[in-house]
Amino acid sequence: MAVYSACILLIGIGLYCIVVKRNLVKIIIGFAILEYAVNLFFASVGYRASALAPIVVDEARPVPSCVDPLPQALVLTAIVIGLGVTALMIAIAYRLYEKYGTFDVSEIRRLRG
Amino acid sequence: MIVPLFVAIPLGLSFLIPLFSKVSRRSGDLLTNLGTAALLVLSLYSIRLLSGGPLVYHMGGWKPPFGIVLVLDSLSLLVLVCVSVVSFACSLYSISYMDQFTSKWKFYTLFMLMITGLNGVTVTGDVFNMYVFFEIAAIASYALVAFGTEHEELEAAFKYMVVGSVASMAILLSIALLYGGLGTLNLADLSRKIAGAGDPRLLAFAGALFLTGFAVKAALVPFHSWLPDAHPSAPAPISAMLSGVFIKVLGVYAISRIFFNVFGVKPVYLNLLLFFGFASLVIAAFLALKQSDMKRLLAYSTISQIGYIALGLGTGTPLGIMGALFHILSHSTGKALLFLTSGSLVYSAQTRNLQEMGGLEERMPVTATSFTVGALSIAGVPPFHGFFSKLFIIIGLWQAQRYALAVVGILISVLTLAYMLKAEKHAFFGRIREELRGVKESPATMLVALVFLAALCIGIGLFFPWIVKVLIEPARDVLLKGIAYADTVFQS
Repeated sequence: MAVYSACILLIGIGLYCIVVKRNLVKIIIGFAILEYAVNLFFASVGYRASALAPIVVDEARPVPSCVDPLPQALVLTAIVIGLGVTALMIAIAYRLYEKYGTFDVSEIRRLRG
Repeated sequence: MIVPLFVAIPLGLSFLIPLFSKVSRRSGDLLTNLGTAALLVLSLYSIRLLSGGPLVYHMGGWKPPFGIVLVLDSLSLLVLVCVSVVSFACSLYSISYMDQFTSKWKFYTLFMLMITGLNGVTVTGDVFNMYVFFEIAAIASYALVAFGTEHEELEAAFKYMVVGSVASMAILLSIALLYGGLGTLNLADLSRKIAGAGDPRLLAFAGALFLTGFAVKAALVPFHSWLPDAHPSAPAPISAMLSGVFIKVLGVYAISRIFFNVFGVKPVYLNLLLFFGFASLVIAAFLALKQSDMKRLLAYSTISQIGYIALGLGTGTPLGIMGALFHILSHSTGKALLFLTSGSLVYSAQTRNLQEMGGLEERMPVTATSFTVGALSIAGVPPFHGFFSKLFIIIGLWQAQRYALAVVGILISVLTLAYMLKAEKHAFFGRIREELRGVKESPATMLVALVFLAALCIGIGLFFPWIVKVLIEPARDVLLKGIAYADTVFQS
């Protein structure tokens, strides 16, 4: 339960950063926190207290209590996707800085209406 | 098996295009057009294959619920046909249009990746797999919106990216919750477990997260703020893809698949769809009316038309759902046509501002005629296809005893005609400006794409009983069958 609450707290911090912060870099950091929080939640879904890794050593004796390996595999995929998104965000933020000379979102406002 | 090809062809081409770009500059044009043509032929050919029930492909030979399944049923097929038609027209159009930009092969690579994602979302039968394809399509679209790398494009792309990524995180969190609670990712298996012993609190929370995520992707009001920036900033073929099919696959298709086939139809979801649909329909139509940027006007019109689709789905009646599905088809071809004509104007007259145009009909007759066809289709004037889809939706609303919404639907349809005629009048009618006298009609390949889509707008309208029977009714039956979807997947 404590882990889940921590995840929810982290999700809240990430969303707060994205909504409130005006600096592009801080928004990206906020998104990274949000993403890690969701990944942490997903990984902790498969966790079991005092369980073993799900590796069968001896086929005659199956592992009595093991953690669920599937969320770990899924989270790996999600991390890779997150890497792509974050890298593209940073690239666009860099190009925005080149064009506007600032990271402040309140000054990057050509589109409106 | 034919089903994996819908993902394999565009994915393979997106790797081949960079390789062949070193050999010849024109190889990207050729490969992309061959690829989209092949996908169009495959999707039309699949109509015949589906008469014997849905096609199910087990990836790696693993049976559901253990492996990932690809499911091609009539609903997927309808969306696939829309994606294939629009992407074929867009790739034809890009041959000349994208010559304005540098490194065209990068455009084609991203374009093919986007089609991979869109086709993947439509054929997959696994919820995490769906998320992965979502992100493939979304990341490609973020990069494509920023493709011009000017001030506006970058700004729009960043805004779109932050909003879109947060929506994706909502979807991923919901998937994690469902997996934690029910222990499966397969859509069919999930549907059975939800019907069996789903904890109502878990389902309510997961459903709310899914609906938020998909509503952002579908740009339903109040989640629409990114769309009027992102869609006009992209190059014209991408605007056409984004407005034509992207928001329908990632938004509307995902909503209908998850909520009708997996969660099961509940009044609360239908009422939420009706609310979102009403808000999008009305607010976006009024905002469209006051735009002077042509592509921005079309973008607001897209939000408004998505409102019709949401209303049609929200009725829950056979006729309303049929109207919504027909509107997916008619809006995707109609709006893609309009965005491509706006691209022709940018290409030839170098402006998107309606105040700076005028009288272009005499210089660009084909573009002007195509725009008229598209505008009348979207506005819902008979005999174009938009009329029939809106008619079904409005009768569906009436049958569901939502009389007020049906009246609103008719009134907004008049408003749609008003803003379309405003764009038409400013761009094409009246006396031509001095500085526009030298404007030439766009190159032939662009015109072929316009004529192809315009012919579809008229053809689908004229032959609508046949289209409804072949494509729309089977897709409607998939949604009406609801959670019986699970049985069809396990049986095949």
